[in-house]
Amino acid sequence: MELFWYIVLMTMLTVYVILDGYDFGAGIVHLFFAKKEKDKKAITNAIGPFWDANEVWLIASGGVLFFAFPTLYAASFSGFYLPLIMILWLLIFRAIGLELRGQIHNSIWETIWDKAFGIASLLLALFFGIALGNVVRGVNLGMVTNGVPVHESHYFFLPLWNPTFSPTTEHLGIIDWFTILLGIIGVVALTIHGANWIIFKTNSDLNDKLKRIVFRLNFALLGLVVISLLVWHIIEPKPFHNFIKTPWLWIFPFITFTGLFGLFFIKRFKKDGQGFIFSALFLFGGITTTVASIFPKLLPSTNTINPDLTIYNMAADDYGLSVGVNWFIVAIILVIIYFTIQYKVFKGKMDNVGYGEH
Amino acid sequence: MEDMLFYDRMQFAFTITFHYLFPQLTMGLSLIIVWFKWKFLRTKIETYNDAAKFWMKIFAINFAMGVVTGIPMEFQFGTNWAKFSELTGGIIGQTLAMEGMFSFFLESSFLGLFLFGEKLLGHKLHFVTGFLVFLGSWASGYLIIATHSWMQHPVGYEILENGKFVLNNFGALFSNPWLLPSYFHNQLASVITASFVISAVGAFYVLNDKHSIFGKLFLKSGVIFGLISSILVAFPTGDLVAKNVVKHQPVTFAAMEGIFETEDGGSEIVLIGQPNILEKKLDNKIAVPNILSFLTYQEWDAEIKGLNEFDSNIYPTNIPGLYYAYHIMVGLGTIFIGLMLLAAVQLLRKKLFQTKWILWALLFMAPFPYIANTTGWYTAELGRQPWLVYNLLRTSEGISPTVSSGNTLFTLLGFVGLYLLLGLLFLILVGKIIYKGPQPKKY
Repeated sequence: MELFWYIVLMTMLTVYVILDGYDFGAGIVHLFFAKKEKDKKAITNAIGPFWDANEVWLIASGGVLFFAFPTLYAASFSGFYLPLIMILWLLIFRAIGLELRGQIHNSIWETIWDKAFGIASLLLALFFGIALGNVVRGVNLGMVTNGVPVHESHYFFLPLWNPTFSPTTEHLGIIDWFTILLGIIGVVALTIHGANWIIFKTNSDLNDKLKRIVFRLNFALLGLVVISLLVWHIIEPKPFHNFIKTPWLWIFPFITFTGLFGLFFIKRFKKDGQGFIFSALFLFGGITTTVASIFPKLLPSTNTINPDLTIYNMAADDYGLSVGVNWFIVAIILVIIYFTIQYKVFKGKMDNVGYGEH
Repeated sequence: MEDMLFYDRMQFAFTITFHYLFPQLTMGLSLIIVWFKWKFLRTKIETYNDAAKFWMKIFAINFAMGVVTGIPMEFQFGTNWAKFSELTGGIIGQTLAMEGMFSFFLESSFLGLFLFGEKLLGHKLHFVTGFLVFLGSWASGYLIIATHSWMQHPVGYEILENGKFVLNNFGALFSNPWLLPSYFHNQLASVITASFVISAVGAFYVLNDKHSIFGKLFLKSGVIFGLISSILVAFPTGDLVAKNVVKHQPVTFAAMEGIFETEDGGSEIVLIGQPNILEKKLDNKIAVPNILSFLTYQEWDAEIKGLNEFDSNIYPTNIPGLYYAYHIMVGLGTIFIGLMLLAAVQLLRKKLFQTKWILWALLFMAPFPYIANTTGWYTAELGRQPWLVYNLLRTSEGISPTVSSGNTLFTLLGFVGLYLLLGLLFLILVGKIIYKGPQPKKY
């Protein structure tokens, strides 16, 4: 039962990153590369009817986490208190930036909400990368100080940073050089992903420029991924343990690199959607590889006194989890139907959908 | 510890109060928009379609505000109420996860189609998308009230040795006697909000002699929906909710009604008075004898337990707050029925659009359903105190153990600032839409 809900949760989170990831990426592209009003219009049109439903994957994942692993939900949401509340504020800014911009036609009004949307998207991409970094690195569970736990074995609290920015001290912060590295990977990967979505969904003048940008950023992404692999052993001494034990898991890193290398051919792709497929593969592979390497841990412990939080010691009671399967299957079928309808109605190029024009 | 609890409660109270200003209009308005669209399909009169389109613009902004202020609610169970989430997540996690899976996906997928898809879909399918958005928002309300009902009146659970609540009967969550009365009471109250908003905009247009065709349509629909919902919210739904409180939370009922002493020969109903906790009485009381006993038990001399019968450590934490919340809700509810009755009579006599003072009254009444809805929720929530799960888990036992009060105050201040900005933007934008008025299609 735990394993079923673990797979459900991870799948939903991955779907969230792939879907809302292109919204964040579009926001970053909007911030840095969209100079003309026409370009901005193209970008908001490309994500307009979708972003809201995409964001529901985050809320629904939060719900499933709460329901299936309540102890993990409680411990991690209170432990990562500050960044989570800041993510909420950023999500609010991004949403109102998108929704309110078109309400009043005035250049100052439009500039304010353009920047709100762009900067919030950039910071969200950074924060989600940092979040992944924190999960891989682990936290000081029970807040052990000088060998003595201060709280119950699964509770903790992390400040935003500590003065050393080191991922290996007793007093960890949310932001250290390792989590920042993953944050930057997040920003670059989602920028590429968002650019690919815009290329896919519009006939904008921006598209040729975006292909060049994706091509260049992909070198940066490759470099960052290599650096992260080189330093990974500092955080996780046995990263290959699961892969050696269960060889079919190698498919996940393989998918990651397929996505990464595929994108170098972006200028030769015949169809506009192909780039998007490769960046989606990269994101899918990147998340699944990371998750597979720490399985069955959900949040590792950095001290030796309290055990890691795993899917087995964090899960809800068996009866609740089993009943949940019934309604979940009905719900997920409905969700697939909704998304099929939505993407069918808004298929093809979106240049003329008129998002934000009321 | 004390100030940790205080700031956690303040933050939840502030964010949920602000959040619920939006869904109450969303839920009620979606019903009325669907009704406009339906009338258009039946009669082919363009005014109905234009009316639907006009309210969709306001709906869109309102919905967006509801979404962005709603996400923090789900997060805060974990961030601020970690211990509560850990202990009860196996149960309330069910209904909250179901809300995400069944209603948020439904609403958000079809909202995009509803707002941007009229040309692509044609009117019939456009109506269907509107109906699905309505369905999603009402399903969301249902699952939230199911969660709320479990906290008020826990069912289908057992408590393990480590203090965790685990589910042992899924069906019980939905056959909870607390659920249906509360659900319909709440949904009707949201229809009241929408009806009064629509009537007020209608009155504004008629009094201004601008967009009068729409003004008259809005008044007519607003008054009809408003009258039906104001009556049904009091009887039978409000009555049934109150009977649940008497039965399962008698101490709460005594505090709500301001009954300090059990009275022989039946209890009076208090209309006005200020609770004086020190002297255990009401100051400046105006009351009608025996009515409360009759309303509660249909017997004039039925005994209603006063606060004196209960141990003070299970008293609601804030008795005056609870008493005022309840009396404001009931008082406003009575005024709503009266005003809507008068307006409906004038509508039947075809004189409503000329009866200026009723139009003015409808215009000024627009904010009050928001107050009634808010105080209604305060009654439910303050009434449940000092418990998170009634009689089983105290509020003070539910907070996050590692989040200091300094951090909570920081985020509370952040929310206050951000929400002030949101509220201001909302008023400006909706004001602009209302001022501009509906834009009939040109031929």
